Amino acid sequence: MSSISRNRILARLFGALPPGTEIPDLEPALAPPGEGFSSEEAIRRLKARMAAVNAEIHVVASGQWRQQLQAIIRTKSVKRLLYGPDSAVGRALVAGWTEPSRDGVEFIAYDASAEALKQTIFQVDAGLTGTLGAVAETGALILKSSAEEPRLLSLVPPIHFAVLDAAAIYPDLATAMQALNWSTAMPTNMLLISGPSKTADIEFTLAYGVHGPKELVVLIRT
Amino acid sequence: MDRGNGFDFQGNVGKALADRRLRGNLQSAMATLRTKRQAVFVDPAELEALRLVGQAIKQRALAQLPDLLRRLEENCTRNGMHVHWAETTANANRIVLEIVRQHGARQMVKGKSMVSEEMHLNRFLEENGITCLETDLGEFIVQLAGETPSHIIVPAIHKNKDEIARLFQRKIPGAPYTEAVEELNAIARKTLREKFFQSEIGLSGVNFAVAETGTLCLVENEGNGRMCTTVPPVHIAVMGLEKVIERLSDLPPLLRLLTGSATGQLITTYVNLISSPRREGEKDGPSEVHLLILDNGRSRIFADPVFRQTLQCIRCGTCLNHCPVYTRIGGHAYGFVYPGPIGKILTPQMEGVQTAGELAMASSLCNACEEVCPVKIPIPALLRRLRQRFAETPHGSALARHLLLERWIWKGWALVNRIAWLNALVTRLTAALAPHLTAAGPLKAWCQVRRAPEFAPRSLHRQVLSEEGVENE
Repeated sequence: MSSISRNRILARLFGALPPGTEIPDLEPALAPPGEGFSSEEAIRRLKARMAAVNAEIHVVASGQWRQQLQAIIRTKSVKRLLYGPDSAVGRALVAGWTEPSRDGVEFIAYDASAEALKQTIFQVDAGLTGTLGAVAETGALILKSSAEEPRLLSLVPPIHFAVLDAAAIYPDLATAMQALNWSTAMPTNMLLISGPSKTADIEFTLAYGVHGPKELVVLIRT
Repeated sequence: MDRGNGFDFQGNVGKALADRRLRGNLQSAMATLRTKRQAVFVDPAELEALRLVGQAIKQRALAQLPDLLRRLEENCTRNGMHVHWAETTANANRIVLEIVRQHGARQMVKGKSMVSEEMHLNRFLEENGITCLETDLGEFIVQLAGETPSHIIVPAIHKNKDEIARLFQRKIPGAPYTEAVEELNAIARKTLREKFFQSEIGLSGVNFAVAETGTLCLVENEGNGRMCTTVPPVHIAVMGLEKVIERLSDLPPLLRLLTGSATGQLITTYVNLISSPRREGEKDGPSEVHLLILDNGRSRIFADPVFRQTLQCIRCGTCLNHCPVYTRIGGHAYGFVYPGPIGKILTPQMEGVQTAGELAMASSLCNACEEVCPVKIPIPALLRRLRQRFAETPHGSALARHLLLERWIWKGWALVNRIAWLNALVTRLTAALAPHLTAAGPLKAWCQVRRAPEFAPRSLHRQVLSEEGVENE
């Protein structure tokens, strides 16, 4: 049924385009590529944009990020943290936790299929991921799904901790796409995240954490 | 709801105009959306340049539509998705049902999708014993109330929070009465959370489908779309065939235009790009992804190079927010799935002018829709063209005869404005009789839903005459 429909639809569409139909040129209409700017400016812009939509941003010296993240995890009373045991940030955080007792924080490895971990995933307090980069113009993190960092890490837990390298902040999305070579190797899921989950469906009253995380905490490593 | 030939537009409009609460809700909601849009598009020159890019991208995509659809199919298939084609909504529903049955599924969670509304998919699946759960908060509210969306972006905009509070208390077991929006959200979150993991199928729409890479792009703020496309083992995405774009690099300007126009956001909370089912070694994501491409009259619209521009639409809904008619009657009065200016051009083309051509009459041709359209669809010009077609139908010509009175009134108006003594007489009479004109007769009915015009006690002509030095001008 589907293939008959397919052929009929395509035949109608082809029939409506007389042979030699010109494809309008796009190039003159395209906006010039975004200008690059300094790392400080990139951080400043990203921070301003993301803070405006209620993300919590910390800028931290590269060597200090684990201590800083530990401190935040303690302040937020996170008891169960979901992480990718084979991801760079996950490994580093767990290995480098300064307190041997781990302050009562339980690290839960996302090391099996979601079906197997179903109950666990829905009962953690926070999830931790790295990022592929970020977009300064609109304010958004870029996340790529992988075996090491599954998709639900940044979606199901009420708090999402994301670690970002300042050097990977791109001025705009077009530049990021080019630099990261999106068109040649798209992952199962590429994701832009600009803030915590939100809705304004009831009388435009803004509420956070409707289906995804209520809090997004970003650590920018300089 | 598709009311087909039982569609009574005049009746709907009358009812909507008489509903004070609805009008109040709409007026403030639309003003909010317009203000938010203005706040992100601050530079008119930059916006105009962006709109030109948006228009060029969509026109370029349409100029090679069948090729792009084939490329999309090829790349999606190579990525491991299943691609289906449906000429009609009935075909599309059957394809979805078949997939559902193959998996022995009983329950489906749904992200927001106007194409699924077009298909009346929920009703169809319920009739076949499958439960469909809308998970977007606005759609969830509308579904609980047994209604249809009244706006394509904010579906429950016609309801205020005390109506929603009563609805939740009545329909959700154990839900307390609360008007606190935060708590209403929490109730919805709790109700829906477990459903995501219980459901075998997740269904979503598509905002843009990228032919170059075989990628489906979905934008949202809540995260329910991500849930529907990640948690259940099977994901079905439904799209109208006009949603295909050529390449990934088309996305950045289109995303800016879409989210800026729709909700006044620089970017939504999530931009979700899906290119394949779960790959080897990955721990979550659906193991099957189906893409369903729907025609439902679109290829017929495509055949006419002028009406083809209708297919540039990216469903941002900003024409609704800026429409003086939509703002007063809301979405339900339009009687079909797509309301507002875009509905007025899309519905008569999809359903036929004999059935729905009357929708094209509900416009003052004020051009607001064209001025704000992010892809520059000339909606008023298309409306005029549809009016021509409508006037040729039996229904249209009957309506035109009905409008004979209006025609005579305008003839009278022209006459009064040509003959000086008649003009003086009529303006004097109007000024004297004004307070009584709206007290009875047709003007009384007219003024029940409109502010009565205020006539000056002396006409402008007479006022100017009394000014010094203008007597002989």
